[in-house]
Amino acid sequence: MDLFEYQARDIFEKHGVPVLGGVVATTPDEARAGAEQLLGDTGGVVVVKAQVKVGGRGKAGGVKLARSADDAVEKATEILGMDIKGHTVHRVMIAAGAKIAQEFYFSLLLDRAERRYLAMCSVEGGMEIEELAVERPEALARVAVDPRVGIDQAKADEIVAAAGFPEKTTPEIAAKVADVLQKLWLVYRDEDATLVEVNPLVLTEDGEIVALDGKVTLDENAGFRHAEHAELEDAAAADPLEARAKEKDLNYVKLDGEVGIIGNGAGLVMSTLDVVAYAGEKHGGVKPANFLDIGGGASAEVMAAGLDIILTDPQVKSVFVNVFGGITACDAVANGIVAALEILGDEASKPLVVRLDGNNVVEGRQILADAGHPLVTLADTMDGGADKAAELANA
Amino acid sequence: MAIFLTEASKVIVQGMTGSEGTKHTTRMLASGTSVVGGVNPRKAGTSVSFGDVDVPVFGSVSEAISATGADVSVIFVPPAHTRGAVVEAIEAGIPLVVIITEGVPVADTAEFFALAQEKGVRLIGPNCPGLISPGKSNVGIIPADITGPGRVGLVSKSGTLTYQMMYELRDFGFSTAIGIGGDPIIGTTHIDALAAFEADPDTEVIVMIGEIGGDAEERAAAYIAEHVTKPVVGYVAGFTAPEGKTMGHAGAIVSGSSGTAQAKKEALEAAGVKVGKTPSETAALARELLTQS
Repeated sequence: MDLFEYQARDIFEKHGVPVLGGVVATTPDEARAGAEQLLGDTGGVVVVKAQVKVGGRGKAGGVKLARSADDAVEKATEILGMDIKGHTVHRVMIAAGAKIAQEFYFSLLLDRAERRYLAMCSVEGGMEIEELAVERPEALARVAVDPRVGIDQAKADEIVAAAGFPEKTTPEIAAKVADVLQKLWLVYRDEDATLVEVNPLVLTEDGEIVALDGKVTLDENAGFRHAEHAELEDAAAADPLEARAKEKDLNYVKLDGEVGIIGNGAGLVMSTLDVVAYAGEKHGGVKPANFLDIGGGASAEVMAAGLDIILTDPQVKSVFVNVFGGITACDAVANGIVAALEILGDEASKPLVVRLDGNNVVEGRQILADAGHPLVTLADTMDGGADKAAELANA
Repeated sequence: MAIFLTEASKVIVQGMTGSEGTKHTTRMLASGTSVVGGVNPRKAGTSVSFGDVDVPVFGSVSEAISATGADVSVIFVPPAHTRGAVVEAIEAGIPLVVIITEGVPVADTAEFFALAQEKGVRLIGPNCPGLISPGKSNVGIIPADITGPGRVGLVSKSGTLTYQMMYELRDFGFSTAIGIGGDPIIGTTHIDALAAFEADPDTEVIVMIGEIGGDAEERAAAYIAEHVTKPVVGYVAGFTAPEGKTMGHAGAIVSGSSGTAQAKKEALEAAGVKVGKTPSETAALARELLTQS
């Protein structure tokens, strides 16, 4: 789960990472209150920052300086509702203005290839890090981090040395940065993050190190030990069908297409989407409408819940059920489909192509043949089923 | 021969007395696996009956090893207890740990993987279906009745695509089929399995199944170009996956322009791997090689 900047800021603060004052606002009035509060503290300026989970918001006009509460209201009014790369701005953060002397970069992330963590750090912050990595790779220090040790004093010193802080800034600044890196490790470890990025990490004119903008990704698998993370979820932004599916514990992703997909196992479902997309090329360009993995169990209830979600999608014209009975027996899946169609009654109004293979396939196909539901077509193979479903979606 | 798992493998089950553990221990025994014990400190000294086989329950992995000579542990415990179970197995010195559990926090995996490397223990998974050397041994949840022993070696991130491919090539059979799991950090990679298949005299053709996310397939492609002389056929799932969405597996996500199926396919093809557009086309490519050899 990716966090908004203001959520990252709050989590940083909780773990002692130095941040500036920041208040989230969803309306111009709230922006005024936030600006008054912060200007009362600092005088000077505040920054009104669009809260969207996408880069490049500065260039898109989503970050603006304000010199008074009135000005903050004006800027917030401009930014709220703005569209930044397809993301609508629903909230802004009013942030205290910083007097920046120098900008740095730091991130800590999962190194999938080496199966440990990787710290990246540069004294040249402020620019897009992907650009820096390509244009001046020598300016971006990459230091391996042992997951069992993390960033202790020694590792923090190693990172700032590798990034050239002692020579390019001063030993005092290097020491302060090393201190902040250890606190950012606490964020990573204690919150079960898979990414903690600070860009920029700044040196203020007063000689302080401050995390000015943060990006944090949390590991959803670790949710069982972080009940508080549930509140960080942006429920409003979720697709309504995805939200409903989540309530029913279904692994569903909405896509833009006409063929609803149900399958078992993430790999097989992804593969089914591809096969349907290829088949669609011959049938008016129809595409898969969703990803839905009903997992190993595939009981009647789960099948009914899954079909219900898919049939609610107004874009869907046909449905392809593609199940390989491994642990799940095909007769159980077939019974699930029959029962699901009974549960749904008249709501089941779109043609269903079903391909079953594997464990108890003969019994499974027989059950569907015996039921003789007018909407159900049996397919012998995955390719054949995909083709039939695409054809029906294009009819 | 086969890889990682042979008829001599002695298997213990951590979490055998739980519902998943019991169900799959029954299936593993039925497919001929030598399951020599279970581990549960609260039920130490008892035994569990699976038809006409009684499997003893031990208080710890160490006790199970001393009593039975077990050399494989398969883990069916819930995510919150997985780290503890894996660490126990590694510290007890068992050489192969297969972690079926889905939903393990990646920090836990990173931690026990580092420990396993230090101790020279091979991990498979987490979030994987395990592995089967048909006719010899079956550890995890792969159905044993899809096909029998043969000349194909299969490595896949996905469970059901493993089953699908075994089914497509059921007339040839498999030396070993291994599901390495769909998490961002996994103990055994495509490369590890490719190296083992290359060295295995029973394996003639290798089928490698990948999916979106990370760059494991690209690295496997580089490895194949350098080190693999046996023919490899590839398949990658997720061409239609949108950017930034996790597709079921925790590791299956396209981030920006990286991790796409297209990039993986191109890398594999550049390494001389024939890549199928669909599972059936992939099977047809493998079939061609198998009938030539």
